[in-house]
This record gives sequence, structure tokens and C-alpha cells, in this order.
Amino acid sequence: MAVIEVRNLNKWYGDFHVLQNIDETVEKGEVLVICGPSGSGKSTFIRCINRLEEFQKGSVHFCGKDIHARDVDVNSLRAEIGIVFQQFNLYPHLTVLKNVILAPTKVRKTPKGEAEDLALMLLERVGIQNQAHKYPAELSGGQQQRVAIARALAMRPQVMLFDEPTSALDPEMINEVLNVMKDLAREGMTMLCVTHEMGFAREVADRVIFMDGGQKIEEAPPHEFFSNPKSERTQLFLKEIL
Amino acid sequence: MNYQFDWDLVLHGEYAEWIVDGLIVTLKISAISIVLSMLLGTIIAVFRMTKVKPLVWFSAAFTEFFRNTPLLVQIFFWYFGSSTILPKFVNQWLAHHDFEFAAGTIALTVYTAAFIAEEIRSGIFSIPKTQLEASRAVGLSFTQAYVYVILPQAFRIIIPPLISQSLNLIKNSSLVMTIGVADLTYMARQIESYTFHGFEAFTVATVIYLCISLLVSLIITQYNKHFLRKIVY
Ligand SMILES: Nc1ncnc2c1ncn2[C@@H]1O[C@H](COP(=O)(O)OP(=O)(O)OP(=O)(O)O)[C@@H](O)[C@H]1O
Ligand SMILES: [Mg+2]
Repeated sequence: MAVIEVRNLNKWYGDFHVLQNIDETVEKGEVLVICGPSGSGKSTFIRCINRLEEFQKGSVHFCGKDIHARDVDVNSLRAEIGIVFQQFNLYPHLTVLKNVILAPTKVRKTPKGEAEDLALMLLERVGIQNQAHKYPAELSGGQQQRVAIARALAMRPQVMLFDEPTSALDPEMINEVLNVMKDLAREGMTMLCVTHEMGFAREVADRVIFMDGGQKIEEAPPHEFFSNPKSERTQLFLKEIL
Repeated sequence: MNYQFDWDLVLHGEYAEWIVDGLIVTLKISAISIVLSMLLGTIIAVFRMTKVKPLVWFSAAFTEFFRNTPLLVQIFFWYFGSSTILPKFVNQWLAHHDFEFAAGTIALTVYTAAFIAEEIRSGIFSIPKTQLEASRAVGLSFTQAYVYVILPQAFRIIIPPLISQSLNLIKNSSLVMTIGVADLTYMARQIESYTFHGFEAFTVATVIYLCISLLVSLIITQYNKHFLRKIVY
């Protein structure tokens, strides 16, 4: 069963048709990279999957279940879907450790000790176990983004969404975050990543899709996508960013 | 002028005890009302942030109504009018307890909560919207997001206005003497009518109000400095 199944997704902001007839199926363990120019609807698309955005037409199924079904609780749905934002959005008044254990202890009611053990393990996995008791503002951007990834992973999600996780970072910090994401991909995490890091796409993506003007213009495995893009718009876009 | 100052009269003996009794009542009614008005103010402010229309309207009406009518009128309202609107068992309970104190506490709480709600709301507005989004995205409910993420940040920002609201409440508490709560002002007035030494009595009362205010601001400022770190986004 597909983890994510998007069928004929359409969304409007007033008269503006921001997402047009998007179909997409993501299987367990797949890594999907979404790219496209600014304003093409990439963020809006992935935010529809965990209902941070609502849409007017079409459907999204998560593990076979319509996310808008009556018996789907939006909070339980979101607990299963991790998301990492461009601007990290850590809780500035809490230490790194508390940032990571907040949702597990409050949403999943995991006992504090157990949640902390898991948090420390995750922080080690993203390479910042020594910073557990610092506050977000005391960390570099790259470190903050790795905490944000650990925070999302602490809920043991079925799928991870990434919305340009490296575009707010200084160049020298991009790789530390990409490496964590590559590890995740290799460990079999299902991932939807909005990113323009084409090296990352080449290395770990199963498929790359190109969006423009609210439409999915092109979709292909990375080697094909980069070596032989079919649409003219994709060719132009790739020329600009590569 | 043949007024004989007699400071001893209010600083020692029975009248000094009256002052102390009054001070205790003032501290008690202020402390209880400050705590309750913070709680009520928080609830009212958060109601306003929901998407539930009736809650939004209730909260807006509450703040407008109680901020824009005189406190003294509100005190009389709760004192003379509450028996008509409160449920019977509450009235019965009140009749056997200190009704004046309760009416005064309700009046001060509700009045101050309306101001505090507005402060908290402006605190909430100053927090990036992405904080709520990041909280909801991991599965926290609206209430959990506010309790654990939004409000703790909002409160740090609005400590200074909350101090001044608390100080206002302490000063405003002197109005409850009008319904017979034996607070500091009431006791000073009593001493005046027994001894005709109103000048001494009210001077002492004034100095005590000033000291309480200074102490409260000092405590909160120190707390702020030592226990709350600056938030950087
Ligand atoms: N709340 C909103 N109301 C109206 N229009 C919006 C709103 N949010 C986004 N848009 C518009 O929808 C379009 C798609 O936005 P979206 O953020 O999904 O683009 P994006 O592909 O993620 O772009 P970027 O690379 O800049 O992040 C943009 O033109 C944007 O201006
Ligand atoms: Mg975007």
C-alpha cells in the first residue's frame, strides 16, 4: 500500500489556481524530490499532505486512508507525518532536548525518561548529542536544522516532508544537513523533499518531479531527469540552477 | 493650627494592629485577584485566537465591556447585583462566607482580566506564526500548542505590562472598602473616624501601598532577569 497517494489535487487561493490536477503516489521507502521555480506551489503541495493547508478538490490518502475522512483525527495524522521547515522553527524557550521530547510526551504520552532516551539517541544520530542542554539560539543554523529533523523523527513518523531544509543555511552548513537526510533515505525512510540540491537528488532520489505554475510538468528517475529532460521548461530551469 | 501630630497612635498599640489587619486583607485580596485575573485573562485572550465564532465574540465583548466601565460601578454591580445573576447554591455559599470579600475579588479579577487579556493578546501576536504551525505540525492540539509553546513565549515578552497591571490592581483594591471589605484603606478610614488622626493613618497607608508596589516590581524584575532568558528566533 502506498504511503501517500494524491489524486487530482486542486487548490485555489481566491481566483488563483495554485495547485492544478496533481497526481502522485509515494511508496514505502521511496524518496521523492520536488523542484521548481519560486511560487510554483511546491510548499503548498507538501503542506496539503499533513493538512497544514486545506484544498478544495481531489484527495490525499495516507497509508490507504483519506486524510479528510470523518474518523481521521488531524493531530494523530500529523503525529505520523514529520515535517522540516526552511526556517527550522524550533521552540526558542526550550532546550534542544525539550524541543525533541515535547511532542512525544504530550501527544504520544511517552514517559519522560523513555522520550529522553529516544531523543538523545536521535540527537546522536544527527550528530549533536553534546548540545542537548543548549537553547536553539546558541546553535548554528545547520545544528538547528538537525535538531528540527530529530524533533520530527522523535514521533517515529511513517513519512518525512522537507520544505527547502537547506535554503536558509550558510553554504558551509548545507552538507551536514544533507548528510543526515541521505542517511535517513538510505535507512529506508519515505521522504518528500522540496529542494534544489541536485546532488542530493542524484544520489538518493527515486524520482524527481518538476513543478511550475501549480502543475506537475515532469517526473522521472534522477538520471533520466537530469540527462534527458523532456519539457522545455524543465530544461530551462535545470540550466539556471546547475 | 492646633492639630497635634500623634504618630505613636498609628504605629503602636491597637490602631497599629488595625493597620496590620487591613494590610493583610489588602495583600490577600490583591494576591488572589492577581492570580485569578492572569488565569481568566489568559483564557479570554486564547478564546479570541480560536476560530470558534462564539468564543471570539464572547472574548471581545468581555474585554470591551469591563475595560470601558468604571471599576467602582463594577464593584457595586457584583456586590448588589450578583445575587440576581449567580446560581442559588453560589449565593448560599457566599452568604455563609465573606460575601464582601468575594464580591470585591470577583470585581477586581474580572476588571483586571480584561486588561491582562489585551496584553496577552498583543504578546501572542508578537510571536511568529510559524511557532504555532511547527507545534501543530507535530500533532499538538491547539490547546497544547498554546500551553506549551505560544503562551510561555508570550508571557516572557509581556512581563513589564503585566507588572503594571498587577500594580494597578493593588492600587484599585482600595476601592473595595466601599462595599465594606476591611482592607488597608478601610482601616485607615476607621482610625480616622475613631481618633480624628486621619493624616497619620492615611500617611501610613500611603507609604505601605508604595512599599508593596515597589516590592512587587522588584520581585518580578529580578525574576525576569534571573529565570527568564531572552528569546531569540
Ligand atoms: N496564503 C496565501 N494566499 C494567497 N496566495 C498564496 C498564499 N500562500 C501562497 N500563495 C501563493 O501561492 C503560490 C505558491 O506558493 P508556494 O509557497 O507553494 O510556492 P513555492 O513553490 O513553495 O515557492 P518558493 O520556492 O518561493 O518557496 C505563490 O504564488 C504564492 O504567492
Ligand atoms: Mg516554498
